[in-house]
Amino acid sequence: MAILTGAALGEPAPGVAEPGGQVQAGQAIGRIWRAVRSNKKAFTGATLLVIFTFLAIFPWVIARDNPEAEIYGRSLGPSAAHWLGTTSYGQDLFAQAVWGTRETLIIAVVSGALSTFLSVIMGLAAGYLGGLWDAVLNFITDVLLVVPTFPLLIIIVAYLPGIGVPGLIAVLVVTGYSYGARQLRAQTLSVRSRDYLEAARVRGERSIYVILVEIIPSMTSLIVATFLGTAVYNVLAAAGLQFLGLGNPNSVSWGTMLYWAQNNEALQTDQYMWALVPGALIGLLGAAFALVNYAFDEISNPALARVPITRTRGLNPVVRRLRANRAD
Amino acid sequence: MTDAAPLLRTEGLTRHFQIGGGLHRKTLHAVDGVSLEIGEREIVALAGESGSGKSTIARLLARIYQPTAGEIHFQGKPLSGVRSRADILRYRSDVPMVFQDPFGSINPVFRVSHGVQRSLKLHRPELSAAERTAEAERVFDIVGLSPAAEVLNRYPHELSGGQRQRVGFAQALAMRPKLILADEPVSMLDVSIRIGLLNLMKQLRDSQGVSILYITHDIASARYVADRLIVMYAGQIAEAGPVEDVLAAPKHPYTQLLLSAVPDPKAELSLDASSDRGEPPRVIDPTPGCRFRWRCPLAITDCANITPVLQDLSPNHGVACLVAQAGAEVKAF
Amino acid sequence: MRTGQTDRLDIGPAGRTSGPVLEIRDLSVSYQTKRGNVRAVEDVSFDLASGEFLGIVGESGCGKSTLLFAIAQLLSAPAVLDAGSVMFEGVNLVNLSEHQLASIRWKKLSLVMQSAMNALNPVKTIAAQFSDAMRAHGVTSKSDITGRSVEVLRMVGIDPVHLKSYPHQLSGGMRQRSMIAMAMLFTPDLVVMDEPTSALDVVAQRSLMVQIKELQQQLGFAIIFVTHDMSLVSHFSDRLMVMYAGQVAELGPTRSVFDTPRHPYSTGLLEAFPSIRGPKVPLTGIPGSPPDLARPPEGCRFAPRCPQVQDRCKADPVRLYHVEDVLVRCLRAGNGVSSGD
Repeated sequence: MAILTGAALGEPAPGVAEPGGQVQAGQAIGRIWRAVRSNKKAFTGATLLVIFTFLAIFPWVIARDNPEAEIYGRSLGPSAAHWLGTTSYGQDLFAQAVWGTRETLIIAVVSGALSTFLSVIMGLAAGYLGGLWDAVLNFITDVLLVVPTFPLLIIIVAYLPGIGVPGLIAVLVVTGYSYGARQLRAQTLSVRSRDYLEAARVRGERSIYVILVEIIPSMTSLIVATFLGTAVYNVLAAAGLQFLGLGNPNSVSWGTMLYWAQNNEALQTDQYMWALVPGALIGLLGAAFALVNYAFDEISNPALARVPITRTRGLNPVVRRLRANRAD
Repeated sequence: MTDAAPLLRTEGLTRHFQIGGGLHRKTLHAVDGVSLEIGEREIVALAGESGSGKSTIARLLARIYQPTAGEIHFQGKPLSGVRSRADILRYRSDVPMVFQDPFGSINPVFRVSHGVQRSLKLHRPELSAAERTAEAERVFDIVGLSPAAEVLNRYPHELSGGQRQRVGFAQALAMRPKLILADEPVSMLDVSIRIGLLNLMKQLRDSQGVSILYITHDIASARYVADRLIVMYAGQIAEAGPVEDVLAAPKHPYTQLLLSAVPDPKAELSLDASSDRGEPPRVIDPTPGCRFRWRCPLAITDCANITPVLQDLSPNHGVACLVAQAGAEVKAF
Repeated sequence: MRTGQTDRLDIGPAGRTSGPVLEIRDLSVSYQTKRGNVRAVEDVSFDLASGEFLGIVGESGCGKSTLLFAIAQLLSAPAVLDAGSVMFEGVNLVNLSEHQLASIRWKKLSLVMQSAMNALNPVKTIAAQFSDAMRAHGVTSKSDITGRSVEVLRMVGIDPVHLKSYPHQLSGGMRQRSMIAMAMLFTPDLVVMDEPTSALDVVAQRSLMVQIKELQQQLGFAIIFVTHDMSLVSHFSDRLMVMYAGQVAELGPTRSVFDTPRHPYSTGLLEAFPSIRGPKVPLTGIPGSPPDLARPPEGCRFAPRCPQVQDRCKADPVRLYHVEDVLVRCLRAGNGVSSGD
């Protein structure tokens, strides 16, 4: 609960926002920047994401070689010419890793965003509208939730051989939105009876307004967490499908790298880089998303955002000081 | 009370809820046959404990629930005739609501100006942006939040509970209401802050000409702020009349019980048979007859069969009790 | 630092042990927050005689709940016990380990916390919960457990048939009484209650208060009753302590504090209750808000809101003064008093 300074109503509480003039959007960006900068985990994650995005958009800046050209010496180890060595087909591994970022990141971001969008619509509508809407929408979501996602993915993709990235994204979205939808529905249900929503209705607001303006902003952290979680899961799922050879084996992505590595028994033939590097990169991307998640709790709750956190000892800064005090 | 048509009048207002499912379906009679009136420029207190139906009445008047039976007349016109979006909006601006929980009734994500601005945009669309800001500042000043411009820019978590409740009243005032439904507006505030808000309500009645329906479980605050008092029990009106009359000479046994239970620091304590445990009222599938009879030391056989109806025993002072209506002296607690 | 006690209702405290049950000295608790060190409780000292009913009154943020946690040794991060001692029947609780505390908890010192009725496990019957509590403190015989459960329920006026009920089948008042019954299982010497009646209606509240008082007379335990509703506790307490901003503002026999409040906050608080009987007068309440305890004012903490404030009030922290049978933290009241504490 807020504790104010001073008795007079006019005295501002510490850290109150500057009055007037600031646009909502500008404020939000400022808060995001401050939150990310002050939180080490989020900062690390954000930096990683920025690097990955850069690699995805401008891969030629870092990797000069053509990732698909099979022109180099085969199965070479790491060297000055080939930082990660080459594949059994004579392709430069480093170039593959860098160029593969693009496809992987596209899958992660696009499928994550679409899936979250679908989760929001299905979850919020079911939770807020209730009644028949809730029954129908929730039923669909529950069915998809119960079916094991990865096997379902395999089956669907197996019937669509050589499926490209758009197809992969579509399949991932349809099978993966249900978890987030369930969470958002639960959150909507718990928020639904809050007085401020009732106050908005009594004020005369329409339902669509209440959902878009009053409910969604208060669920930002959950929505962002859903997006980040879904993105990670989809990266793994896509890589998994490609690893099994169900994607397009001729594309350049971390998943297909794994596929070819497996096909050529990379681990058994001491070609460690080929097998391990794509896996490590996938893990790193997932970790980056997770780390960034830490920053978003602060943004959605203004009560936390204002004061920079000074952590004294790890996560729990307090220990009983009584014995120390007794020495005084 | 004036002789002209009252501002708001209910006639046999009833609201039932279905509870349980399948084979155990039961009906909860939250409000049964309530007929009350609220005049202009008056504060009417609706007092009762949990299960009395007072909050349900507020929500019926705010059109959050539709009545199961009965009718609400506002300014002489029945609410069931209010259908179009424009009419509904007009009613909502005439009869806004202030909620109980200062921490839950304002969206924490936005600044406190948000609610007032939305009220103005919805109900007074003719105002320009500058006029809206001026109006927001005006209502914040009226409710005592100064300097208005600065407070408008704060977030809810930067205000105290009392200040947040004032924001609630400001939001209601922005719509230029005729009747404010105040659902236990001070129950969750510290005692020393309550008086400030009760005084604000009196001031709104006097200077802004607004009527207020003050819902509460605290009779003392009802006495302090209200002109008339309606006591509810188990979804029905037990007693209604000018607040001083009802408190000085309560005629319904339940009113007497309530009064005897209020702690008065200045009075001497009687540790006597406080045998009433505060049993919750029976409102699920109730049988005919007075719903207070299980707790009433004066209950007669008729009380189990005939449901008492509100009847004026002195001018404007109505009681729903067979024993009182029979002319007997009621001294139950 | 015993102050005189007035008999309430011709029944004096029915103590069981000699000597004070509780002696609190200079208790201070602070919270480590992002905003700095919040001094939630500062230098609280008082004694509690055996069988005495002490009411602690204050509004939100005054530290009364923190004080209770500190007494019961239930503080957890970010709260820190900065200083002070809690002597319970001669033993300093602050120095005890969890294991040692376990033998005191519930047997000699029990708690009824705020919203106690939500503290009942919704998926267990009342009997099961009583049984849990007793087993945790060494009672194993089934007949003993059942016998005692029936006994305590009767004590609080609940029909023992409800032992088989689940919490949701009982009314709010009955759930509250069950919690109090649970606190009585081992006939403790001290029961600490934090707003046990706040969620109840006025009729149930009064009935519960009377019941608590009767139990106290029957069993002779001491009570610390924390509430924000002064009028509620005024009828039942022997002594009253008014807290403001983490400090003791006034402490003395209930009747003295009520009839002649000496601290301007106590006066303000008493006058903030509109009365049912007597003439209707306009009231003002206490304007302003409690201070930010991370940056408390230099002098008296109530000075910014005090209608009788003087310049000297803002200068230095104010200590407690003896005025007749009451302790007051106010320079005006302390005027002309030669002895300190």
